[in-house]
Amino acid sequence: MTMRWTSVFTAGALALATIATAASAQTELRMLWYNDGNEGEVMQSLLDRFEAENPDISVTLDVVPYKAILESLPVQLAAGEGPDIARVTDLGGLAPHYLDLRPYLGDPQYWEENFGPFLDWLRAPGTDAIPGFMTQLTVTGPYVNKTLFEQAGVEMPGEGATWDDWAAASKEVADKLDIAIPMAWDRSGHRVAGPAISMGAKMFDENGDPALVDDGLKLMAQKLYDWHQDGTMSKELWGSVSGSTYLGANEDFANAQVVMYMSGSWQVPQFASTIGDAFDWWAVPAPCGPAACTGMPGGAALVGIKATEHPEEVAKLMEFLAQEDQLSDFYGETLFIPGHLGLAKTGVDFATEDPRASHALKTFAAAVPGISPIAYKLQGYVNNRVMFNAMISRLGEAIVGELTLDQAYERMTDDVAKQIAEKERK
Amino acid sequence: MTATLKERAATLAALPVEFLFRALETPLAFVQRLVGVRGMPWVFLLPNLAFFGIFVVIPLFINFAFSLTGGTALYPSDRVYAGTEQYAFLFDCENFADPITCREDRFWKGIYNTAVFIFFQVSFLVLFSLVTALVLNMKIRARGFFRAVFFFPVLLSPVVVALIWKWILLRDGLLNAFLVSLGLDKILFFVSPEWAMFWAIFVSIWAHMGFYTLILLAGLQAIPPDLYEAAEVDGTSRERVFFRITLPLLWPNLLVVIVLALIKGVQIFDEVFVLTGGGPGTATQFIVQYIYNTAFTQQVQNFGLAAAASVVLGTVLFVLTLTQLAVTRKRDNG
Repeated sequence: MTMRWTSVFTAGALALATIATAASAQTELRMLWYNDGNEGEVMQSLLDRFEAENPDISVTLDVVPYKAILESLPVQLAAGEGPDIARVTDLGGLAPHYLDLRPYLGDPQYWEENFGPFLDWLRAPGTDAIPGFMTQLTVTGPYVNKTLFEQAGVEMPGEGATWDDWAAASKEVADKLDIAIPMAWDRSGHRVAGPAISMGAKMFDENGDPALVDDGLKLMAQKLYDWHQDGTMSKELWGSVSGSTYLGANEDFANAQVVMYMSGSWQVPQFASTIGDAFDWWAVPAPCGPAACTGMPGGAALVGIKATEHPEEVAKLMEFLAQEDQLSDFYGETLFIPGHLGLAKTGVDFATEDPRASHALKTFAAAVPGISPIAYKLQGYVNNRVMFNAMISRLGEAIVGELTLDQAYERMTDDVAKQIAEKERK
Repeated sequence: MTATLKERAATLAALPVEFLFRALETPLAFVQRLVGVRGMPWVFLLPNLAFFGIFVVIPLFINFAFSLTGGTALYPSDRVYAGTEQYAFLFDCENFADPITCREDRFWKGIYNTAVFIFFQVSFLVLFSLVTALVLNMKIRARGFFRAVFFFPVLLSPVVVALIWKWILLRDGLLNAFLVSLGLDKILFFVSPEWAMFWAIFVSIWAHMGFYTLILLAGLQAIPPDLYEAAEVDGTSRERVFFRITLPLLWPNLLVVIVLALIKGVQIFDEVFVLTGGGPGTATQFIVQYIYNTAFTQQVQNFGLAAAASVVLGTVLFVLTLTQLAVTRKRDNG
């Protein structure tokens, strides 16, 4: 009897020990993620595939608000904490915290060939690290509510139309149909930068140093200011919060409260699901200024984090996700513009039958060749968010009347200089 | 029989406590031999002091050390010593009465906004709390219900409070729907600096009034009823009773309320941050939000400058706390 119980206990203990050993042998990775549309679900399905192929690694997708990526993640990273992998948009700003995957990659050349130009956005200056890949390329540009134009009997400005043309047409539509907001721009410096470059802003001086305020930027700022004063733009976005707080008008646009909405390609999947066929939402080419008709390139990247305790497993997962098969599914189902050169050439089968979404994707893809070199340079500049934040916070203060535009220009220049000096303080 | 059962239950319930006391007796006796009877209060205070030290005092010193440094590194050892540079930057002003002449204009805007907020919020908070406490102290119908109604907002998280009011005040919110139903135009409350400040103050009063009403109610109930009876016998008017009996005897509680409201007012952040985001422009950006923005929302996170601003804020709070302590001591000493 005693022998029998001893055997049972021994077997139980062995089973428990085996389970415990197996559990402890499994490496757990955490991926920090935010959603614009359905990409979280799509990524989860890819992670399920990865886990099925690699039972020794489990991956937890931590979905957080975008604001947490912008504000909380940098503090975590500075403290040496944070996830193993993160989806980020401050591509160059967080570069010192990225894991260089090269030592762990089976074929680094594949990464150079397919992600090459975008890797420069992720690299700390002077390095050739491979920290990750783009989950999407984005282009800023406007959407219009075509149905409202038709109902108002106002013709939509065509190819080569200027910002003034669009502002006037949107105002006319809003006035005729009593729409709350004729034109809305995301409260984001990145969104303002494209129109500013179109107006002639150079953003950098001849030495390559940031030079935010010039005649081009002043021209754009004056227009933005005037549109807020004459009711073309509502102060609810730019005037209602302080500092560099991001605000989008996507919900107002989806509720047909906005005639023209300046945002970007990442809104396509969201509008496809939230608006659907409720009205014709139409992406239009970036309106022109005297110097160009450009939007801003950008995007989000999935990067490994240097502080991870499992660099090999991180690289294994990144290598899995970066393969053409996985990325083709990812871009196709999320309706994101591919950040993979091979797929960009062969094309992605986008999972939508919505003609508005297809049209928008084509419009944004067609905008890529026309993007100004200044826009690319600004996007790749490591301190670009300093410039963006100075722009929105000070222009916001001017729009509500706290500063004159001249005072705002002076403050913008001072803010950028002070922050960069603080960053480079030795 | 019932009493016996109750006694047994009480005895049973006391068993674990008794067991704990017995278990502690020997080590505590040993400690008492070591530190003496007079040292024992410190032993009992030690856990709380340790908690306070780790989470308040040490961070205070770390914050001060940060305020003397610059750069973007997070760990003190990696930071660059900057002396009083951050303070000099904060106080670099041509005219302190006009924030736009200050190098760090947002810091001074934050200070002025906080001053305006405190002036109106504390004044009306104390006034409304006093009036509410006086009414709730009267023998009115459903007094318990009304006491609960006024206290309920205190139980809500500041974020919840702000979101509720935001839904009410937005362009398509409840209040604008009501205005439209009356044939009036919608008001964009968060676009006008005056309206934004008004609602920041209103919501803050709404959320915190219950707490201060409770303090004043306790003070009112501590006033001996025979004083009122004597006044009634003398035929004293209600105004005279209020100014000669109620107010003087309630004054110590009122002072505590004022000082506490002042301290809370200086610390205002969460509910207004969610409600107005500090806007329009910087119209409702208070000093704590300035510190938060400087440290966390910029690409270049300026912990040194934020720490210096925190030290300035801490000094103001320290003075207010000393005032509260002095007031409380004076009240306790009669």
